[in-house]
Amino acid sequence: MTWLSKSPWILHYDASSCNGCDIEVLACLSPLYDVERFGIINTGNPKHADVLVITGGINEQNREVVRNLYAQMPDPKVVVAVGICASSGGVFRECYNVVGGIDCVIPVDVYVPGCAARPESIIDGIVKALSILEEKKKNGTQSSPAPGSGAGGAQ
Amino acid sequence: MSKKIIVPFGPQHPVLPEPIHVDLVLEDERVVEAIPSIGYIHRGLETLVAKREYPEYVYIAERTCGICSFIHGMTYCQAVEQVMDIEVPERALYLRTIWSEYSRLHSHLLWLGLFADAVGFENLFMASWKAREFVLDVLEETTGGRVIQGSCKVGGVRRDIPGKTLERMARDLDVFERELKDIAGVFLNDESIIGRTRGVGVLSRDDAYYLGAMGPTARGSGVGIDLRKTGYAAYGKLQFKPVVETGGDCYSRCAVRVKELFTSIDLIRQAAAKIPEGEIEVKPKGNPDGEYFSRAEQPRGELVHYVKGDGSKHLVRSRIRTPTLTNLPPLVKMLAGCELADVPVIVLSIDPCIGCMER
Amino acid sequence: MTRDAQETTLVERDHLIGIVEEFRKKGYRLVQMSCTKAGELYEINYSFDLDYQFRNIRIVIDGLSEIPSISGIYWGAFVYENEMYDLFGIRVVGMNIDFGGNLFRTAKKNPFANPTFRGEETCPKR
Repeated sequence: MTWLSKSPWILHYDASSCNGCDIEVLACLSPLYDVERFGIINTGNPKHADVLVITGGINEQNREVVRNLYAQMPDPKVVVAVGICASSGGVFRECYNVVGGIDCVIPVDVYVPGCAARPESIIDGIVKALSILEEKKKNGTQSSPAPGSGAGGAQ
Repeated sequence: MSKKIIVPFGPQHPVLPEPIHVDLVLEDERVVEAIPSIGYIHRGLETLVAKREYPEYVYIAERTCGICSFIHGMTYCQAVEQVMDIEVPERALYLRTIWSEYSRLHSHLLWLGLFADAVGFENLFMASWKAREFVLDVLEETTGGRVIQGSCKVGGVRRDIPGKTLERMARDLDVFERELKDIAGVFLNDESIIGRTRGVGVLSRDDAYYLGAMGPTARGSGVGIDLRKTGYAAYGKLQFKPVVETGGDCYSRCAVRVKELFTSIDLIRQAAAKIPEGEIEVKPKGNPDGEYFSRAEQPRGELVHYVKGDGSKHLVRSRIRTPTLTNLPPLVKMLAGCELADVPVIVLSIDPCIGCMER
Repeated sequence: MTRDAQETTLVERDHLIGIVEEFRKKGYRLVQMSCTKAGELYEINYSFDLDYQFRNIRIVIDGLSEIPSISGIYWGAFVYENEMYDLFGIRVVGMNIDFGGNLFRTAKKNPFANPTFRGEETCPKR
């Protein structure tokens, strides 16, 4: 592992989650799971973040917000969809206001299963994302523009 | 006279785990008016009653909110049981009480952690969340899920807690209580917390009552409403006094939650001692035909589940009135006149649960 | 659990304000307001509580008529009234804070009036 995966910073956004996965993402920061020992820090600023962790499915109102957050993150970047709602819409798939999983709006690199996803599997998913991040760095991959936004990823 | 400016707060904001958007109208550093706008997590899950049969809808009801999921499921079940006239076995009612109180412990500790983080007390955040893991371990051991339990069903509960486990749970609470006392001492006495919270976001008793504040938000302002006193589940057979503070500020709301931790522990002990042997569920017969407003005390306040059935497998309407929705008007009142720097603390002090509110 | 009978009193729309004022005078708090679609008509429930005594009143209207706002009596009623307008399209006259249909921003207008569901079609990729 090189410098990038030694201290990845995470941006967490709650799309239309029930909170179950959100509090499990936050639980990863608590002393029992303590992801900070890996140098992982939860930041509130998209311009500081390497990994975008999204919980919950996309709905009509947060579509643009998610697209915006993704576009603001510097390259290389990876997206982790946490929980079944973020992966496919989950139990709310049929609701009129839910569009579907995160991959309807932005490209997703890692899907973490579970309702709610357990902290262990969330950590697992983020570790998996780190090797993808490393790969992207090596290949100099630029993110594909967020679909429909017309804007490329931040350079 | 200074110019008015509008500062948007949210939806993505470092202090908020969930998206809510508030437009703050400012005059210098002072908030003149706060206009909330919501809908970032609106899914429209109440319409799913037409797609799911009434016993299956419990899972949807639980996923209204991942923090107080058990109480959502239970309140929905109570509503359907009332409509269908189902006599739930005693043991199931006690088990529901025990799980409700563990949920309350977990929710309050979660909130205390976030609150400590909002006032800038990182260490206390970690201490609260570490204590919370004990509660989650118990929930996982007895129901199988950490935050979404899925153990409530129409007519009772899905699984039993063996007597031996109950005894051990009650014993473990002693250690847990000692740990909580340390944390509680910091929350109630620490100078920096008092400095950030006392006199901030004051809500008068009358405002709290008539604007519809509920739960710790109301009890922090001296309104002693606690729906557990109506005696649903097994609460009617247990002894407790609602925690009431009279300051009406962020400190009082925080103090209510801290003290309620100990009420919950006491209730679990009483329930574990009194729980009778017996069945844990009855099979529901037929379909719900009628309507009922079921009310329960969630960690954030009064929760109302309204169901209406027409004798078919699918309900006609489910309506979920969550405590955060009713705590929103008091929040708007509290924000008017405060300083911009206090906004995060005040917003957090009602324990907003946006997932619940927007459904 | 003993069955507890909840009574709902049907009232005329024109008498609504007077009755709600009466509740407020007696010291009841507003528990909730909700709307249910019953065929072509809409039932609107107003629930009140005083010392855990639950009272419920109901008006029945068709989708085209307007209802008076009670936000002059209970200030906090605006969240329920705006919600009703956004989800059911019930027009409420005289709200103290009128979001004009922007409290809940939804995929379609008045979604609860005629609920629809996303079919089995897969979500549009990218």
